[in-house]
Amino acid sequence: MTALQKIWKYLLIFLKYFSLVFFSFVAVLPIVSCVITAFKTDTEYQQTNVMTMPESWLNFDNFVQAFQKANMGRAFINSTIVLVCVLVVSVFVGTQLAYVLDRFKFPGNGMIRNLFMFASLLPGVAMQVAVYQIMYNLHFINSLFGYIVMMCGTDVIAIYIYIQFFENISFSLDESAIVDGASYFTIFYKILLPLLKPAIVTSCILKAVGTYNEYYSANLYLQDKKTLPTVATSLYTFVGPLGSKYNLICAGVIISLLPALIVFITCQKQIYSGLTSGAVKG
Amino acid sequence: MAAVTQKTKKKRTFGEWARSRDGQKVFVMVAFMILPLLLLFTFTYLPFAEMFGFSFYKMKYIGERKFIGLDNYIKVFQRDDCFGALKLSLYYMVGSVVQLALSLYLATVLSFKVKGGNIFKGFMFFPYLINGIAIGFIFKFFYTRGFVFDTVLQWCGFELENLPYWLKDQSINNISLVGTSVWRYFGQNMVLFIGAIMSVDSELYEAAMLDGANKLQQFRYIILPSIKTIITLNVILSITGSLSAFEPPYVITSGANGTGTYFVIMHEIAHTQQKVGLASAMAIVLLLIIIAATILQKLFFKYVFKSAEDEDLNATAKRDKKLAKLAQRKAGR
Repeated sequence: MTALQKIWKYLLIFLKYFSLVFFSFVAVLPIVSCVITAFKTDTEYQQTNVMTMPESWLNFDNFVQAFQKANMGRAFINSTIVLVCVLVVSVFVGTQLAYVLDRFKFPGNGMIRNLFMFASLLPGVAMQVAVYQIMYNLHFINSLFGYIVMMCGTDVIAIYIYIQFFENISFSLDESAIVDGASYFTIFYKILLPLLKPAIVTSCILKAVGTYNEYYSANLYLQDKKTLPTVATSLYTFVGPLGSKYNLICAGVIISLLPALIVFITCQKQIYSGLTSGAVKG
Repeated sequence: MAAVTQKTKKKRTFGEWARSRDGQKVFVMVAFMILPLLLLFTFTYLPFAEMFGFSFYKMKYIGERKFIGLDNYIKVFQRDDCFGALKLSLYYMVGSVVQLALSLYLATVLSFKVKGGNIFKGFMFFPYLINGIAIGFIFKFFYTRGFVFDTVLQWCGFELENLPYWLKDQSINNISLVGTSVWRYFGQNMVLFIGAIMSVDSELYEAAMLDGANKLQQFRYIILPSIKTIITLNVILSITGSLSAFEPPYVITSGANGTGTYFVIMHEIAHTQQKVGLASAMAIVLLLIIIAATILQKLFFKYVFKSAEDEDLNATAKRDKKLAKLAQRKAGR
């Protein structure tokens, strides 16, 4: 290896790490600046530059205040209720649908699959004009139950993950159970559902992230912000008169993304693999 | 004998049929499919049909409606704020191209051995998990005059007087907004690409290394062909996504100062001005554009890849030869 090649090689390595560090910096900078500001007192926030470190990293006043002002206790309870209900219902609905679509051949099977595919093409925001009317007629406005029912709706990616998984479970398993006289319900609940666990975990994480962060419909249909905030919509409290107290706002933002951060750190692998398997088919 | 069974089958009562296999099958199918299909129809196809209906009326959410035929559609094309807003999509398209290129580069780098690779990956992916409202606040703060972004640029030697107002200056604010969208999604795209690259047979790299291929050639001849499906998919998604760009302007600027994209304007017309008919027509028009764009792109990629696949036959043959060579060498050792 000549000297020139060596220099070239080290330059490449340098460039590689430089770009990684640079883009990681870009990715975390907005969040880090929020964390710094969240620890500042009012006077500190007004007098120092945003990127100067706070005097004390133990100043949790803003967090407490933001938590109370934005009613985040209530918001966390609501978000948890929504999350649990939506996950349970969508797992059952999704796996059952995938089971029927994969295991039974009947006229209309392909059409149902296409209906779900086409539904994913329709832009959600645009449809809300008409969904609002339907929610209104069903008396689902300002009702946590109504919001949950709407959120349980179709999720093509999850269904595709399940169908893909069913395709890999041998049909002879079903057949031998049928010979033993098991009903279809038994086959599904006792034999197939336990085997589906990895796919369920994957799609649950994806759905959980989506549901926890959903704010557009929550804002539209849960208008009573006092009793029906979710974590995402509780941040709307800071729009308006509090709009320039960024130390408070940043604290609220940080609180709202803590659960996501914890889930991310503990389930990193599943999140990555879930995304990948969802995208390959979807 | 056969005739007899036929007869008994026909004579089965409904109760018997319900207990038989066939009956059970139908029962299970109905029981398992009724809920998802009901949800699909109530929250997707029913509103879709209703929206189509609304688009021919002059109406508000509550009160009288008046049939006005195609007037709403004509208005969509005549009003400057409606159709003109589609021009903003160009910014988002450029942004998504930058985003795809960037994430492809980072994915390639991270697929090979890198110290601390997982940490870099985690940092870059995390923005994807933040909810839209929080992102709105984070970036309002980030771009405020003299705050985070300006401070960092001052560290790099820029003067504050020379810097524009990132969210007010009409010549730059759309770029700032697109930047936030790239910030949010490049890590997610990167993870997708890493997943695809990892599924490439690692023996191919070994073979390429033995043949003396450098990193760039490895990328060009091994990685790119094997992940072209997922790239295609992402290009299609990003173009339809750019047409329906909504979140960045909605949460950061609320569409002020010329940042209102088509959907932000539609949202305003629907919910603030309550012109439901016009908003529905806007939605239908954009939907048609999106469907047309999707079909065109699919055809385009089909055509491009068809010719590419003819070449690919050679490439796969070559690849197989290389693999065979490698196996021979291994066996020879």
